[in-house]
Amino acid sequence: MSDVVLETRDLVKHYPISKGVVLRTKVGAVRAVDGVDLQLRRGETLGIVGESGCGKSTLAKLLVGLEKPTRGEIRVRGDDLTRLTGPALRRARRNIQMVMQDPYTSLNPRMTVGDIVGEPFDIHPDAVPHHGKDRAVRELLDIVGLNPDHINRYPHQFSGGQRQRIGIARALALRPEIIVCDEPVSALDVSIQAQVINLLEGLQRELGLSYVFIAHDLSVVRHISDRVAVMYLGKVVETGNHVAIYDQPTHPYTQALLAAVPVPDPRLRGRRDQLMLDGDVPSPADPPSGCRFRTRCWKAQASCADHEPLLEIRQRSAHPSACHYAEYRDVVRRF
Amino acid sequence: MTDIRAQVDALPGLDPRAALLEVNDLHVEFRTRDGVARAVNGVDLRLSPGETLAVLGESGCGKSVTAQAIMGILDTPPGYVTRGEVRYRGVDLLRLPEKERRKVRANRIAMIFQDALSALNPVYTVGFQLAEQFRVHRGMSRKDAKLRAIDLLDQVRIPDARRRVDDYPHQLSGGMRQRVMIAMALALDPEVLIADEPTTALDVTVQAQIMSLLAELQRQRDMGLILITHDMGVVADVADRIAVMYAGKVVEEAPVHDIYAYPAHAYTKALLESIPRLDLKGRPLNVIRGLPPALTDIPIGCAFHPRCAYAREICRLEPAPTYQIAPRRTASCHFVREVLGV
Amino acid sequence: MSDNNVVSTVEAPDVPSEGKLSSLAGDAWLELRSRKIFWIAAVLVVVILLMALWPSLFTSADPRDCVLARKHAGAGGGALFGYDFQGCDVYAKTVYGARDSLLVGISATLIAGLIGLVVGLLAGYFGGWLDALLSRFVDVVLAIPFLLGAIVLAKRLASDPESNGLFAVIVTLGVLGWTTAARVMRSAVISAKNQDYVTAARMLGASPARLMLRHILPNSISPFIVVLTVLLGINIAGEATLSYLGVGLKGDAISWGLAIAEAGPYARTVAAPLVWPSIFLAATVLAFIMLGDAVRDAFDPKLR
Repeated sequence: MSDVVLETRDLVKHYPISKGVVLRTKVGAVRAVDGVDLQLRRGETLGIVGESGCGKSTLAKLLVGLEKPTRGEIRVRGDDLTRLTGPALRRARRNIQMVMQDPYTSLNPRMTVGDIVGEPFDIHPDAVPHHGKDRAVRELLDIVGLNPDHINRYPHQFSGGQRQRIGIARALALRPEIIVCDEPVSALDVSIQAQVINLLEGLQRELGLSYVFIAHDLSVVRHISDRVAVMYLGKVVETGNHVAIYDQPTHPYTQALLAAVPVPDPRLRGRRDQLMLDGDVPSPADPPSGCRFRTRCWKAQASCADHEPLLEIRQRSAHPSACHYAEYRDVVRRF
Repeated sequence: MTDIRAQVDALPGLDPRAALLEVNDLHVEFRTRDGVARAVNGVDLRLSPGETLAVLGESGCGKSVTAQAIMGILDTPPGYVTRGEVRYRGVDLLRLPEKERRKVRANRIAMIFQDALSALNPVYTVGFQLAEQFRVHRGMSRKDAKLRAIDLLDQVRIPDARRRVDDYPHQLSGGMRQRVMIAMALALDPEVLIADEPTTALDVTVQAQIMSLLAELQRQRDMGLILITHDMGVVADVADRIAVMYAGKVVEEAPVHDIYAYPAHAYTKALLESIPRLDLKGRPLNVIRGLPPALTDIPIGCAFHPRCAYAREICRLEPAPTYQIAPRRTASCHFVREVLGV
Repeated sequence: MSDNNVVSTVEAPDVPSEGKLSSLAGDAWLELRSRKIFWIAAVLVVVILLMALWPSLFTSADPRDCVLARKHAGAGGGALFGYDFQGCDVYAKTVYGARDSLLVGISATLIAGLIGLVVGLLAGYFGGWLDALLSRFVDVVLAIPFLLGAIVLAKRLASDPESNGLFAVIVTLGVLGWTTAARVMRSAVISAKNQDYVTAARMLGASPARLMLRHILPNSISPFIVVLTVLLGINIAGEATLSYLGVGLKGDAISWGLAIAEAGPYARTVAAPLVWPSIFLAATVLAFIMLGDAVRDAFDPKLR
């Protein structure tokens, strides 16, 4: 049975909003992540999609420890990170690393590539392999397809795609089992995206990595993911394997999302379901009662405002979907 | 009570029967300390009313610079147009004095950009900025201009336009700001709209709304649209014709269906092949090896040859001539036949 | 027919910009080299430094060899600029004055720089109440009128009649002049700490000390250094001001400020003893300011 390497239970992150200059009182909260349950198995890629304000970036930060959750559990290989402190926490955190979005700002311009990739070893000296830091860094550069002799060069001497490889090498240094990829190819040209995606997939196969892959490009997510979770306003509204989500979506938001993605095939022009969403995304500080999507949903009924639909398997949805009226809709087969 | 429209109609050389917009052999270079960057190297484009021409290419291919040269908003220095013409209904815009050029801009040819937030002035309400167009170019009174502004906001489907007209840009969402920018561009009923990556920074559902809005407005006004983008999905959805650019040149131009089905240039083909597709899942994506050339150091011969799977000796030595491979298709490749597979 | 890129294949493309020097400092140097202003300023600074270190290179006369009989005599007999009211060689005094003037300027700037760096770094990095506290402290120091504060402080520190006032002036200028540097440092730190690479290091588990010293400091130091070069010029002029007012250097110290102070009352009779030290002072201050300008432009990636 495949083992679960990462799990979150009811993960919540609220950012308090306070008013007042001298005496600050809390008047509300931005509910960036509002109860997320996720599971990631070894060797698997979980894709997370959603638009701005859905909370996926905050989720990424929570997973790698850049933010502390307001509530909930994050379990890496069974250990709840929210309950660990000190050295135990440090060691557990090593197992989950991140690749960031912008290769032009995620590398310190004043450090050499060798220093950047070697920094994890400086911070965690007990993680240096026995053959030494220098050799470890060279091996890492080689693994990501860079020339190890360039170890003393500076980031600005590399192209965007190469810089992203440096970021990946840095993420691999501590031999994590889990890597959170936060929009790793969005800032790259299309022809370079393919190179980096291939690299990530190859590394996954070779090293047995598990990915949480966060992106807004749905075709890229489909290509690399085994399972997908769709987020809206801090919650997961639908989750399943890629066939379920892309070919048999049951939640109206997923359907609208898929309908909105332009496909590079002009023959499909005019044959896509015109599921235009009305209006803008509500503010995460004040989400609608009941189902959060109801203000933009064409199917919304009165009951949608009263009872929040849970993410669960339903009569017309074989995979978990958070909609009282979840059912499949043909949104032109694509991808 | 100045109405600029009459003045534009009176431009010397203006021929209402000539092509709406024609770009011939455009060359633009940037003179920098590191050398001369040849951003545009002989670009030809043509646009008819009601038509959508997509200019497709990756960063650095020269598509934005071409648009800026057409609009006359190129940063000079360091950018210089060294050759070529941009003809609006027969009038060469590049040779017009700036005063006349400014009249054509906005009145006949308008442009929208990727980042609406920086294109809108943050200290004035959107209504004020919209109304200004009418006050300056049509000589309208403040009251009339404001009414027209509200009407425009309605046309770009901004809900509650009467109230929104007094909002400041930062009070609007990204999608709404983009609509305001479209409204500003269309205020004076231009005949050509150039959209430079208009939806790249937007969420996909908002993108769909904006593209649908643009399509509808274009239909209503029989406007020509030049869409500059790197997104092949958007292009497949809305374009009539596509011009693919690489290293400052148009390497291929064709009707949209033809280009996706039968690309004639190796670069186009490689681009199409690198998009993730369902039947490719689980296998490595096709990549284009190498990197685009630095514009200060474009290879002799065909600029794409170092990365091309079809390249041979001649590609290294001579730039590819432009072949007319069908009534409305051109491609600049020595081995068009091989690429097409005929 | 395209290349399928699989892991462990070494990337085909060459690293671009092979020809350039490797570091940002290297690039900045290339940039500096090409600017006329930099060279003019650099030459001036070098000449003045030489004057300060080896005054005998420039004159064989002894500035303290003052013979009253030569009072206000004109140029001649080896004295390029003539003699001052005490019969001292003006040129020699000007040349020898460079040393104390520069010494005060550089030392005061170092002190101000150190205080400014620490205050700015801590305030910018930690934010919150520490930032509020430190920023108010900066405001308080800024609110002190410079001359008033300097006079009071310098007099207090140089109360010993034996001292030549060097320590007093240096400390006074240092302690009153660090505020701009601190503010510049603070804002540079605030923008640096939000950069992605700092977030990446935080995620790796870097300690605040490591973040501050390895990541934030190197990337926020350039605007700070530019402020320091300008501050250097200001402090040199500051010493002159204080000496002129009688609360700077004293005793048998020689500096431009002192020379100007002494020559002042007699300016109507003989201009040279006033004019020449003033010219040297102005040229030095200008040189440092130009140097600071050139360095700032060279390090600003947006201007490239």
